[in-house]
Amino acid sequence: MTDAVTTAVGSDEETEAEEAGRAIDQRTYGFWIYLMSDTIIFALLLATFVVMSHNTAGGPGGHTLFRLPQTFAKTMLLLASSTTFGFVSAAIAVGQRWRVLAWLSVTFLLGLGFIAMEISELYGMAVAGAGPWRSGFLSAFFTLVGSYGTHVSVGLVWIVLSGCEVALRGLNPFVVSRLCRLGLFWHFLDIVWIGIFSVVYLPGIL
Amino acid sequence: MPAPPHGGEVTIRPYLVGAVLALVLTAIPFGLVAARPLRPIQIFIVIGATAIIQVVVHLRYFLHLDLKPSSQNKLIALCFGAVVLLILVGGTLWIMFNLNYRLM
Amino acid sequence: MLGKLTIDALPFYSDIAMGGALITVVGALGVVALITWLGQWRYLWTEWLTSLNHKKIGIMYVTLALIMLVRGFIDAMMMRTQQAVSLNLQGYLPPAHFDQIFTSHATIMMFFVAMPFLVGLFNFVVPQQIGARDVAFPFMNSVSLWLTASGAALVVVSLVIGKFSAAGWSAYPPYSEAQFSPGVGVDYWIWAILISGVGSILTGINFLVTIVKRRAPGMRLMMMPLFTWTALCTSILIVFAFPALTVAAALLGLDRYLGMHFFTNADGGNVMNYVNLFWIWGHPEIYILLLPAFGIYSEVVATFSGKQLFGHKSLVYATAVITALSLSIWLHHFFTMGASPDVNAFFGRVAPLIAVPTCVMIFDWLFTMYRGRVQLSVPMLFMLGFIVTFVIGGMTGVLLAAAPDDVMRGTTFLTAHFHNIMIPGVLFGYFAGYQYWFPKAFGFQLEERWGRRAFWAWIVGFYLAFLPLYILGFMGMPQRLDRYYVAAWQPYLIVAEGGALLILCGIIFFAIQLAVSIRDRAALAISTGDPWNGRTLEWATTAPPAAYNFAVVPHVHGIDAWWAVKQAGKAGYRPARFHDIIMPGDSSAGIVLGGMSFVFAFAMIWQIWWLAAVGGLGMFSAVLWQTFDDNAERRIPASEVEAIEERRSIAPAFASRAPM
Repeated sequence: MTDAVTTAVGSDEETEAEEAGRAIDQRTYGFWIYLMSDTIIFALLLATFVVMSHNTAGGPGGHTLFRLPQTFAKTMLLLASSTTFGFVSAAIAVGQRWRVLAWLSVTFLLGLGFIAMEISELYGMAVAGAGPWRSGFLSAFFTLVGSYGTHVSVGLVWIVLSGCEVALRGLNPFVVSRLCRLGLFWHFLDIVWIGIFSVVYLPGIL
Repeated sequence: MPAPPHGGEVTIRPYLVGAVLALVLTAIPFGLVAARPLRPIQIFIVIGATAIIQVVVHLRYFLHLDLKPSSQNKLIALCFGAVVLLILVGGTLWIMFNLNYRLM
Repeated sequence: MLGKLTIDALPFYSDIAMGGALITVVGALGVVALITWLGQWRYLWTEWLTSLNHKKIGIMYVTLALIMLVRGFIDAMMMRTQQAVSLNLQGYLPPAHFDQIFTSHATIMMFFVAMPFLVGLFNFVVPQQIGARDVAFPFMNSVSLWLTASGAALVVVSLVIGKFSAAGWSAYPPYSEAQFSPGVGVDYWIWAILISGVGSILTGINFLVTIVKRRAPGMRLMMMPLFTWTALCTSILIVFAFPALTVAAALLGLDRYLGMHFFTNADGGNVMNYVNLFWIWGHPEIYILLLPAFGIYSEVVATFSGKQLFGHKSLVYATAVITALSLSIWLHHFFTMGASPDVNAFFGRVAPLIAVPTCVMIFDWLFTMYRGRVQLSVPMLFMLGFIVTFVIGGMTGVLLAAAPDDVMRGTTFLTAHFHNIMIPGVLFGYFAGYQYWFPKAFGFQLEERWGRRAFWAWIVGFYLAFLPLYILGFMGMPQRLDRYYVAAWQPYLIVAEGGALLILCGIIFFAIQLAVSIRDRAALAISTGDPWNGRTLEWATTAPPAAYNFAVVPHVHGIDAWWAVKQAGKAGYRPARFHDIIMPGDSSAGIVLGGMSFVFAFAMIWQIWWLAAVGGLGMFSAVLWQTFDDNAERRIPASEVEAIEERRSIAPAFASRAPM
């Protein structure tokens, strides 16, 4: 725990390279803390959903709304995109810029596929009279899944921006550190999805 | 080239291992819900168990969280977060279902 | 084009509301005119508003808190006056306006006085106490400040354009739902909370990382000064508890904007879920506010007793225990909601446990003073006033935390208890910190006599204002009454009004103290950076500190690092040579982001969708602009560092009093 502060021992001042390394380490850690905070938001939304899962107010419930194959397809898209982001990280480690860009593009397309499926699912439900204003249950469902979709969309925008940066500036340490945080974000979102399909979709279909 | 700060891996191997494990751990609950060979309560337990294992798999293979000293700060934050999450979610469910039972 | 915003939003409907609006507008215009007249816009912009220097950000936070304190106190005064006169009568405020005032009073005091005050003190003190040159994320720090200011601005603007929420600071549904509160008031509340809440979470992340990762070499966790410890625990609480407030306010917003049914009465809504979510944040929030005050008291008592803090380790453990417990006892805020005896008994047992670590702290402070050479300086007076008064607040808290006694909930007993925690517990602590660290920030001390007068006005005023409310609680007077028909209550309410007037004197004395100190700053100047003979590292820097705090990063070997240096006779140590120091440059992206968040929230409140899009895009661009700018750093060359340090060792410009 205290290893981070002993760097300056020996010489009075740390070198600039050490300072840059420390700055990146701090950013990674700060981002990790942010993810913890975001986890609490999702956990509370999930808890709210569970509390309201029977408050259908005479409207449709999960059993009639959720589709197992669709859910499975979405899960697979996310898992695949998480894996391809792993390939991005591996490409960064060996410094192959074009491989980074290629795998980033694949990740982006997979994420986009997920968002497209989610929008069509939510839109289909809303026009079929099962919008978020129909019942407490649907409010909680739309809010949870909508927040998730928003996070993924933010991730997609970030992928595009990072891709541009890699293409224009190459893989300098700051770009790499941003990509690593993007990676943390993307993998973290996949973990949140495990919670969502295990608490919302599968029990709902069951 | 600079190594990514969260680990020094140069291969795609951990990601492939993680993907295969995650695939299996996803297929089990989805398969059970599709085929329903067990009673619902049993399926719930399997869903919960596979979900928790899968979270660990993701943390280990995708987020490279391990027990080395370099991960220590992150691990402490994660464990604290997990405890808080359990308290908040557990407490909320206990309180709210208790209320539902009494008032609805 | 302008959504719900019409000319009717201006307060032509009421003279009092119009008066408030006019004072606000004239005050704002006056400040603008004054700055223009002094020709200080450029200075203000380059030296302060766009600064990423943690000390300047800290000072701006505290300034925001003090301005909002006056605003919140005017609300308090209006309520006290109303209750003093409204026996059998309407008083001078119509009910709906009275409701707005108690809502805005509490919202302002919680979110825009207490929070910015503590974050400001964190900013100013924590990096110096841990021997760091800056926080971990200087730009994010500026963003936090301007998001908080933007939230405060929303509450202030609601005074002029439209009305504020009348649903209480906790905005309980169903009353806060669109069905019962169709105006924009609750929307003002929601957006002020959401925006400043994001700022708070960013602050929490920032200080958590700063304290974990940027401590001076050799400073182990157990060597950290108590204020830094409480800052760490507070940051943890912010990171893990504020999401609950964000969720509660956002879901309420979804109900109001999109017609969802989280907390509505019909269609599957569940009001209690809001109460649960709100207090998941609400209880830790009390400790978010209290812990830093405890930290300040610990610093103050050690310095002014001339002794090492008694039981440093036990204070750290007590802080940690409070942190952990505070996240798990939120139900005691709603015992009366209808949970079963099992649930109430569990939380009713756990909640009073928090008195145990608090008592440990009180005893540690008492033992620090025991056989110490106690100097009754102004910060120490606030500390002593706190110990005596807080014990009463703590005991009434145990009463409230016991489920069977909960008949007092909803009476003025609760109001009295809450203020008993918030004024002597929280506010006195921040005042002590303000008096204690002021010379460090500006290089001259605050005048003592007016400080003492302010203290006595505050503490006597507090007792007069709130002890009657305890009694009224026993007599059964409900909270938040705009009028009443029990003649026996009125004498107590008049006494409380007198107390509020005394507190007003306390605020005025503070203002006089500041003015007198600025006038006599040459006489009050301090010769070293260490006017109080302090013990912790922040006293090792100059006053005011150089931008980089420490020309040479200190090495720490134990608790009270600066005291150890002084004991070893090394306080005047100068290194053989200096190095370049890299500090963050300035950035206007933070204030632009804050301004755009205000535009966005204002547009969302009045449902001016195109303007909301403009604000949203503006926020996005500001973030983008800063994120991809890797060269936002400023290098202070070694020669300049040397020159600054040289000046420090020569005698300071003005002759000064001997350090105390």
